[in-house]
Amino acid sequence: MNERQMLMSKIKKYDFALKELNLYLDTHPDCRRALAMFNQYNALRKTAAEEYARKYGPITPDETNDTQHWTWIDAPWPWERR
Amino acid sequence: MWQYEKKLEYPVNIKTPNAKLAKVIITQLGGPDGELSASLRYLNQRYVMPYPEVKGLLTDIGTEELAHVEMISAILYQLTKDLTIDEIKASGFDTYFVDHTTGIYPVAASGTPFTAAYFQSKGDVITDLHEDMAAEQKARTTYDNILRLCDDPDVRDPIRFLRQREIVHYQRFGEALRITQDNLDAKNFYACNPVYDKNCGRRR
Repeated sequence: MNERQMLMSKIKKYDFALKELNLYLDTHPDCRRALAMFNQYNALRKTAAEEYARKYGPITPDETNDTQHWTWIDAPWPWERR
Repeated sequence: MWQYEKKLEYPVNIKTPNAKLAKVIITQLGGPDGELSASLRYLNQRYVMPYPEVKGLLTDIGTEELAHVEMISAILYQLTKDLTIDEIKASGFDTYFVDHTTGIYPVAASGTPFTAAYFQSKGDVITDLHEDMAAEQKARTTYDNILRLCDDPDVRDPIRFLRQREIVHYQRFGEALRITQDNLDAKNFYACNPVYDKNCGRRR
């Protein structure tokens, strides 16, 4: 795995933890421990996603910041083989 | 509304094309217990749900199922990329190829096109949550069968991830059903739709 793939892998791990906590919190909305973990992973995810957008390109269209080229359409798309 | 994130929920990197396997796995895209019917089931059911926990859960699981549609489609795309015509003929993929080339189109393993008849939106929280729990188990069984038919570790890995998600969703839907039953009036012993039958079948 190159550095780009490692950072993406880290974001996917944070997102997985957040998804699990999100579903758990839907049926346990007053669980303070799960809420604390959600906020903790959310902060980590935000920092990692900002680094990714800065170095390699946007994960969502609002993260594009190039003034010369619309980087959103640049390869790779997620379904393509590495 | 929704926003697309340019990444898969879990990585799919398949080195060896295998059209025969694609013919089987496509059923989790367009088949009766597939991810597309799961997503549409939950996202359609959620509107009339009486409890916030159930509205949230159907929205969030329905959204995750869309990510699973994308994962299955990525598996199909990678399994059918760079096939030769001889491989297509030998694998039996020719019956799909003639209509769709290697485009991704939602059909069951039998070739039957996707239909909304695969799911229900009954407007009754108890009925819908029972269907949802059954749907997660049916999808889990389908993934078990795919794992029985598949040796490639590159394919088994994301399929095993998707199988595990069915189990987690089943657990959460079970909790939603418990929350629903806790909310029912003590007089609603026969579990009538809490939105409609305030008197549980009795005339005022």
